[in-house]
Amino acid sequence: MVKKIYFCPIFFSFFFVKEAFAAETGGMPQLNPEFWVSQIFWLILTFGIMYLVLSKLILPKISNNLETRKSQILENIEAAEKQREDSDAKLKEYDEIISKSKLEANSIFNQAREKAIKDIGAKRAVLDQQIDKEITEAGKEIEILRKKAPEKINKIAIETSSELLQKLIGAEINNSSITAIVDDLSKRNGDKYYGN
Amino acid sequence: MAANPMSQFDVYRIGPEIKVGAFDISFTNASLFMILSTVSILIIFNLGSNKNSILPNKIQLLAELSYTFVSKMISDTAGSKAKPYFAFIFSLFMFVLFCNMFGMIPYTFTVTSHIIVTFVLAAFIFIGVTVIGFIKHGFGYLKLFVPSGVPTVLLPLIVVIEIISYLSRPISLSVRLFANMMAGHTMMKVFGGFVISLGVVGGWLPLSFSVALTGLEILVAFLQAYVFAILTCIYLNDALNLHH
Repeated sequence: MVKKIYFCPIFFSFFFVKEAFAAETGGMPQLNPEFWVSQIFWLILTFGIMYLVLSKLILPKISNNLETRKSQILENIEAAEKQREDSDAKLKEYDEIISKSKLEANSIFNQAREKAIKDIGAKRAVLDQQIDKEITEAGKEIEILRKKAPEKINKIAIETSSELLQKLIGAEINNSSITAIVDDLSKRNGDKYYGN
Repeated sequence: MAANPMSQFDVYRIGPEIKVGAFDISFTNASLFMILSTVSILIIFNLGSNKNSILPNKIQLLAELSYTFVSKMISDTAGSKAKPYFAFIFSLFMFVLFCNMFGMIPYTFTVTSHIIVTFVLAAFIFIGVTVIGFIKHGFGYLKLFVPSGVPTVLLPLIVVIEIISYLSRPISLSVRLFANMMAGHTMMKVFGGFVISLGVVGGWLPLSFSVALTGLEILVAFLQAYVFAILTCIYLNDALNLHH
């Protein structure tokens, strides 16, 4: 209903407008040649001046601006590319140096270890030799001492027994008889202690 | 009668009558809007090209986008040979566009809604293109009227049709722009008149129509300028690269 109320006047108003068109005597002002020459003149004047100014002054500037921007961007991209390549090369170099120095460090470490092992070995050999020598020397000394020990003991035993006898009996006894006895005793005992 | 939808197209004298010989070249409202359009084009593109910064500001971006838009349009339709005519087609596109757009402001005059203006532009393009065609190809340009691969029986008919279609180019080019602008503006005026005559009760519907039409007309204003320029490019392409 509401729509009908809206549309009715619109529909009817078309007739009024048509009447208004019909009432117009002049028709289209575009077809009135009164100002045609004036319009052509001003069109050629304004369009011509605009064309001249645009083509001679403004458009070359814009194209120049675009060109410089393009070339600058290209240059910047090139520079960035170059720098990237440089940094890549540097990185490679750095990696190489690092790996090289690692290898070097490894070899130095190995050398040092070998040297140290060698040194230690040499020193140990020397020490071993020394120790062996000392041991044999000590053994020899011990052997000498062992050989000398019964004699000394005999001597002490002779002196002690002669003194003992002197004090006990108060008589001088011939040393040679004592010696003979001690020798005999020690030989027996020595057999018992030393097993020779 | 103020409600007459055609009265917006009236041309009237501003200032004194100027006569050169028998011709009346008085300054009119049409002249005023031609000057307004060209001056605003020159101001905008001058501002847009003065500073050359790597990151363009808004007006520079506008100028450069328009430049690349038109340049792409020309290279797409007419190839690289059309480069010397870039400035002309750019001016043409901008002039028609600005005249159309100025017409969209209420109480202004639409320069391109007059057949004489569009016809002068179209005739100039037609003559220019024909001259370029004959300079580039000599009488070989007449081969344009003889399409290849047509049976000989049909050839006389086809040639006549081709010649008529070629000669009607300026008329179709000018009438297309003029009729579009005139029809659109007339329609807006008619719907505007409905709003007044129907008042508060019934005026809302034509008002909404008017709003929608305004958007459509802005689109048409751009589109017709684009069509005018691209048809010029196509005619130029015919003259520069003879394919027939």
